[in-house]
Amino acid sequence: MVGGIRTARPCHPRGAGLLSVTQSEGARAVAGGEPKMLESVLALGGLVLLRDCVEREGRSLLKALIKKSALCGEQVHILGCEVSEEEFREGFDSDVNSRLIYHDFFRDPLSWSKTGEALPGGPLGVLRTMGSRTGPGRVTIALDSLSWLLLHLPCTTLCQTLHALSHQGSCSDGHPPEDQMRVLGLVHEELHGPGPMGALSSLAQTEVTLGGVLGQTSAHILCRRPQQRPSHQTQWFSILPDFSLDLQGGPPLESQPHPVPHTSSTAGSPAFRAKPGFQPYLL
Amino acid sequence: MFPELNHLLNTTPDRAAQGKLTLLCDAKTDGSFLVHHFLSFYLKANCKVCFVALIQSFSHYNIVGQKLGVSLTAARERGQLVFLEGLKSSVDVFFRAQEEPHPLQFLREASAQSLQPLYEFVREALKPVDGDEAVWRYPVLLVDDLSVLLSLGVGAVAVLDFVQYCRATVCWELKGNMVALVHDSGDAEDEENDMLLNGLSHQSHLILRAEGLATGFCKDVHGQLRILWRGPSQPTAQQDRSVTYQYKIQDKNVSFFARGMSPAVL
Repeated sequence: MVGGIRTARPCHPRGAGLLSVTQSEGARAVAGGEPKMLESVLALGGLVLLRDCVEREGRSLLKALIKKSALCGEQVHILGCEVSEEEFREGFDSDVNSRLIYHDFFRDPLSWSKTGEALPGGPLGVLRTMGSRTGPGRVTIALDSLSWLLLHLPCTTLCQTLHALSHQGSCSDGHPPEDQMRVLGLVHEELHGPGPMGALSSLAQTEVTLGGVLGQTSAHILCRRPQQRPSHQTQWFSILPDFSLDLQGGPPLESQPHPVPHTSSTAGSPAFRAKPGFQPYLL
Repeated sequence: MFPELNHLLNTTPDRAAQGKLTLLCDAKTDGSFLVHHFLSFYLKANCKVCFVALIQSFSHYNIVGQKLGVSLTAARERGQLVFLEGLKSSVDVFFRAQEEPHPLQFLREASAQSLQPLYEFVREALKPVDGDEAVWRYPVLLVDDLSVLLSLGVGAVAVLDFVQYCRATVCWELKGNMVALVHDSGDAEDEENDMLLNGLSHQSHLILRAEGLATGFCKDVHGQLRILWRGPSQPTAQQDRSVTYQYKIQDKNVSFFARGMSPAVL
């Protein structure tokens, strides 16, 4: 691990309503558990926030969720701002790739090339176009990444658009639940202060926070169901090359950090930096 | 280049991966030895190198390069190296007509919000030229360093956009590599530098972070190097995707050893 300190985010429940998957429960949950984890993340629809950090990249989990959505017959739109379309599609088979519609904002997002190939209206225009769609069938929008959008668009404008999108086709509009739009947003926590992160969190129906210790990755899943208390769940997992999940039992309990109240990371807390008081070996 | 560092990174000039961004970072120490390593590494790998050098003069890099077995003068003469000497060019920009494009054009602007001219310079320097394919293996962009752009008034988002465009062209389109150095000032109030460092960290495939020892100066241990490989987390990947070594910089080499295992105390 990177210095063993501030390297991997510990799993941190947010208080009441915690349901942790213990090591033994995790082992029993492995068989047939993978669909359940992804399903629990995708179940509520609306905005799903994937919060990653430098030590635990979240794009692989995003791709696993995209694959799950595509194989359920959904149309998946991807706003690609951080990696090329080839890199993003890598690892998906043809069944999945055929259901993905990639909107490329990686190659020339600021129209520096002046080739006229830039998408009209930019990423906001594309999102608003998706929001005005009609027709049956569920649509999933994957934002890779929300951080890129937050750095290039006003936070209020982005949040208003996300709010409109995530309530697109909601049950209150008379649409069946299976037609509700789902937005998967990858956000790099270290890049944003408590204000923008709090705003995104308030819009999200589901939040997945990546962490881990000893080389193993965990996902802390927070679900906000209407008129119910938020539920918490922690799953240890790894992602296979085909972007299916392999649930794991987690590291030995004594090596897991004690649960602490979640505190949002603030801007100016860069990744990879030692905690105060850490004394590396001298001699 | 430093053979021990190649060993730690499991790479050689002959079989380096392509299409990658490597982030160099230093905190409470001078990480420029990493810049010199990668400059000599890619010249020896027979790559075409564009070096945006904003910190030191050409002669400085050349003197160090000669200790590591490469001649920047010869590389520039044979067309292998394109060198933008920031210290010299920054003066030129004020004595040209404003309509003439210059890579450091942002120095003339009251509110520098775009590094597009610098990107255009890089793209022009590394674009394939007839006959080049037979000579050079792949292009490499090296930047020393990006933090100075913040000091010169460029915003962190503008620097991140510049890096993204360079990645799209050098790493994705031309299948080359990019290496950039950023300083970690350790100042929690320097939000722009933190945003730049964190943003680049998320774009990088490999992060090398040189840190000074918390206990202060030591004659036999000059610092520690943290290496983090980023990418999809897979069960088949090595268990330790990050490692930490201490190092000692010598005249023509850098030696690395496990923490507490300096040869001076064994």
